[in-house]
Amino acid sequence: MNFYRLLVEAVFVIFIIMICYGGFIAVRARYLMNAVMGLALSLLGVAGLYFHLGSPFLALMQTLIYVGAVCVIIAFGIMVGPKPKHDEEKRVMGRRNAILASMASVCGFTLLIVAVIDTAWVPARSGKGDFSVAFLGENLLNQFCLAFELISVLLLTAILGALIIANIGREESGR
Amino acid sequence: MMISDNLSTYLIISLFLFSLGIYGMVRHRSFIGMLISSEFILNGASLNFVAFNRFLAPNPAVGQIFALFIMALAAAESAIIVSIVLMVYSRFHSIDPDKVRDLKH
Repeated sequence: MNFYRLLVEAVFVIFIIMICYGGFIAVRARYLMNAVMGLALSLLGVAGLYFHLGSPFLALMQTLIYVGAVCVIIAFGIMVGPKPKHDEEKRVMGRRNAILASMASVCGFTLLIVAVIDTAWVPARSGKGDFSVAFLGENLLNQFCLAFELISVLLLTAILGALIIANIGREESGR
Repeated sequence: MMISDNLSTYLIISLFLFSLGIYGMVRHRSFIGMLISSEFILNGASLNFVAFNRFLAPNPAVGQIFALFIMALAAAESAIIVSIVLMVYSRFHSIDPDKVRDLKH
């Protein structure tokens, strides 16, 4: 094992630590803004994993869309929207349901981990193609053209709908 | 064996993200916190797709395209949810899912 492989592994471990730490911040934070920051950290770690998985384009898109757009939208939602009055309302988590929630997630996690480790994964017969952006774009505009166009229509509709709903909300609060 | 070149590592990380999202979904007591948790669930799913795509799939573009579609859907979803949360707050003066019970107010 040469030096560069070792460096790659070290960076990989750093990304895993980013994911876990950001996730725990997002789930256990006291205030919503801290939770959003934890979400951003965790999503950056996932982008690093995409880089390790051989698609830098996906890593770029993850950083651009999730960290750049979704987290900023959520932060705007927190700042524009509800302003908690009491300290009790500011707390993100309820005391109740803690045991049930951890039981549900831990049981699902263990079951699925057993399934993952127990399965012998067989690779499919490898076809042609590579991980380049050119091949990705070719597939996106040939085989998945309909889904691509539908996604763009859906984004347009969603943004128009979000604007209309937010406008209704503003009129009601102005009354 | 390298841990960054192993399918199980990625699957376990995506499982971790998924169950963290479920935990947060149950425990958060505001709609925005539940939105944050749902982002974790979506990310776990798309990391799963890309990992299978890298190690097992015959066509290396399919998983990446699926992950791109998930990202676009998540962006649309979070925009709509944030605007719905603003409207719910102006009607109910709360974004606690336990307090927002009535469909008609």
